[in-house]
Amino acid sequence: MNLLGKLSWDAIPFDQPIPMTASAVVALIIIGVLAWIVIAGHLPYLWREWITSVDHKRIGVMYTLLACVMLVRGFADALMMRSQQALAFHSAGYLPPEHYNQVFSAHGTIMIFFGAMPFVIGLMNFVVPLQLGVRDIAFPTLNSVSFWLTATGALLVNISLVIGEFARTGWLPYPPLSELQYTPGVGVDYYLWAVQIAGVGTLLTGINFVTTILKIRAPGMTYLRMPMFCWTALAANLLIVAAFPVLTATLAMLTLDRYLGFHFFTNEAGGNMAMFVNLIWAWGHPEVYILVLPAFGIFSEVFSTFSGKPLFGYRSMVIATMFICLVSFMVWLHHFFTMGAGANVNAVFGIATSIIAVGTGVKIYNWMFTMYGGRVRFATPMLWSLGFMVTFTIGGMTGVLLAVPPADFMLHNSLFLVAHFHNVIIGGVLFGLFAGFTYWFPKAFGFRLHEGWGRATFWFTLTGFYLVFMPLYIVGLMGMTRRLQHYDVPEWYPWMLVAGFGMILMIAGVACQITQLVVSIRERESLRDTTGDPWDGRSLEWATASPPPPFNFAVLPHVEDTEVYWSIKQRAIQQQRLRDEPAYAPLEMPRSSPTGVVCAFFATMMGFALIWHIWWLLALGAVGAYATFVVFAWRDVPDYVIPADEVARIDRENRSARAGWLAYAGRRP
Amino acid sequence: MTTTDISATDPYWTGHHAQAAAGHGAGGPASKRIIVGYGFWIFLLSDIVMFSAFFAAYAVLRDATAGGPRGAELFNLRNVAIETACLLASSFTCGLASLSVQARRSGWFYAAMTLTFGLGATFILLEAREFADLVARGAGPTRSAFLSAFFTLVGCHGLHVTCGLLWLLTMMAQIFAKGFRADILRRFLCFSLFWHALDIIWVALFTVVYLMGVHA
Repeated sequence: MNLLGKLSWDAIPFDQPIPMTASAVVALIIIGVLAWIVIAGHLPYLWREWITSVDHKRIGVMYTLLACVMLVRGFADALMMRSQQALAFHSAGYLPPEHYNQVFSAHGTIMIFFGAMPFVIGLMNFVVPLQLGVRDIAFPTLNSVSFWLTATGALLVNISLVIGEFARTGWLPYPPLSELQYTPGVGVDYYLWAVQIAGVGTLLTGINFVTTILKIRAPGMTYLRMPMFCWTALAANLLIVAAFPVLTATLAMLTLDRYLGFHFFTNEAGGNMAMFVNLIWAWGHPEVYILVLPAFGIFSEVFSTFSGKPLFGYRSMVIATMFICLVSFMVWLHHFFTMGAGANVNAVFGIATSIIAVGTGVKIYNWMFTMYGGRVRFATPMLWSLGFMVTFTIGGMTGVLLAVPPADFMLHNSLFLVAHFHNVIIGGVLFGLFAGFTYWFPKAFGFRLHEGWGRATFWFTLTGFYLVFMPLYIVGLMGMTRRLQHYDVPEWYPWMLVAGFGMILMIAGVACQITQLVVSIRERESLRDTTGDPWDGRSLEWATASPPPPFNFAVLPHVEDTEVYWSIKQRAIQQQRLRDEPAYAPLEMPRSSPTGVVCAFFATMMGFALIWHIWWLLALGAVGAYATFVVFAWRDVPDYVIPADEVARIDRENRSARAGWLAYAGRRP
Repeated sequence: MTTTDISATDPYWTGHHAQAAAGHGAGGPASKRIIVGYGFWIFLLSDIVMFSAFFAAYAVLRDATAGGPRGAELFNLRNVAIETACLLASSFTCGLASLSVQARRSGWFYAAMTLTFGLGATFILLEAREFADLVARGAGPTRSAFLSAFFTLVGCHGLHVTCGLLWLLTMMAQIFAKGFRADILRRFLCFSLFWHALDIIWVALFTVVYLMGVHA
């Protein structure tokens, strides 16, 4: 028996310069960062304050950091695809087909599972408890486990760059191509275990947040007093709880086919590959809304704050959100109209799909009316939101077009489709995440991001986006299918060059964003947010200091209306005084725990062992994971106490900052 | 008691609202017991959604026997009836364990949990014997899509029961080592919910797979 399963030196692609160079650079960066951390003595601090932290704010920041790194990785894949297609007219380009196929599979997988998802979950982690006016989420240690399992998935995808290969089957591994018979390598196995492990993490997040939002809110905060972002987070997490188990089951079936010779989706012995397509999209379509609904929540916060007005049509917004949440489960078949379900079935799903646009339309009008008559400030978050409104509307309209089955028969599998979903995911989800990132950054770190570099990022990304994706609509209408490694149609070529040029602007956008972060950190003293309320905000996260203390609120706020902090602020300005100092009590907060990171260590071990069929390592990982569970279950002191005078000291700092601001606000006309 | 229930001491979890209607509407944060139980219910619902995907796959592939044996030729209702009896009885004994916990009677608790373990283990053994028998008769999961779906659906439930047995032993060890502490009691609440939920899934499974299978 081979001790290392299928693993041997052949797994490392020494003959392929691109992955070898890329992974060598990444490895050098990782080793460099780790060496710097250890030599500079930051490791104990990182371990104590971040890696083992169960504070929702810290976990939120770590999720966002992971997402940003993986967005850059996914962007590098995008760069390779666009440059390949710009070069591969009457030529083979520079990426061989088997490598090109891995690139587009990795791009989709990374962007959805390890870019967009952790970014959305990171912002929810950071913001939702603050907006609900509470001290933590329902299960803090479980939250840490969720994060580290997501990181495990991301790690496995990146390991596949050096050891073995990644899937060549697209971001959703359709059988029979993904079955062992046609893809005997480890690529699909990397995909399966990376997504499965990260998916479990996401499911646990969903359970955690549904429980938090439904059971842990500040006194007085009824459902219809929750900020819009909390509503959209609730909808997204309900979708996670209902949809991710389907993904788990579907991937498990494909895994059984590949590992144990089952026949769920095989060509022979009665397997049914159409069932895979149905099941995966029963998860996949709600997934789209898991991503975009929280982005809608962010836009709602941003439009309202930067227009200086309450959100227009709050209740209709809630209804539209929950309507989308429900109907998103009834449209999955529009992803495969051409599979042959028949005209009547297609018609039902086409109509349901078009109806979803009604909910979104309600939202677009509400945001416009929120701005109407307001004193609109065009800060960076607002620019992203306005860019979203125009871009997303175009993407939505091409979506409605694709929802018409006869049109879909012409357009499916073309670059028109690719342009459509990038139009809604970049224009909707990513713009929303960038808006939220800029909006809540000062709350997390105590200083604002540099405005000039933020604007530059926005304009480069927006124009770059249009230059890349509008040509793809056009070549899609001309009949260019997706995932082409090379082509020889002269009419497509100029458009591919335009799209390639657009990528240069997108690169400038990424560069500006990184510069913005560096410049803002260097100039943090001049960008400092001393008041805790840099944007003249309206919801409770702006009532605490920036960054908030571990306990968020010294005393739980009392909620009497929808815009809690706005009313508190107006009352303070009117009366020219803060509310009386409350009586401070000692607070119990959950203790840090290495459970999450240790779990992830064993999960990585098990995932790697399963991919390479190293069975002893799998057993070792399983025993280790169970031991971790028992050690956690055996601990006697889950909480630590922050003494009352410490709470008082921290809260008085926040109060004196507010008092200073109040004196200033009083002088304003 | 080294750890007190946080809900009893921290104003965060109590306050005057908490007495009125914590966790509802305007009542402020719910107590820890409510939060843990509620969260575990959400997990159980997600688990049931996962099973529903396996049920759907089974329903789709039921007739995809690829010329191999059908359910009616394979299922032994007598064996399945004994399995069902074991599992339902184990739910009853698990209920007895809950009552003993409420009454803080550790002797009864260990007895009821041991019985639960015995019944659960018998169920697993019977199921394993059924699986081994099917494989020996050439009706293993690789024979046809129908058998793949059958083994996965029933096996997934079996895997849940096996994990439940491991949890049961861990739970007994916890009560032995830590006593009836508030956080341990919350965990026991989750365990009992889990054990009863497995029964609910089994009732559906017994009906859809076995009863409907032998009549097809």
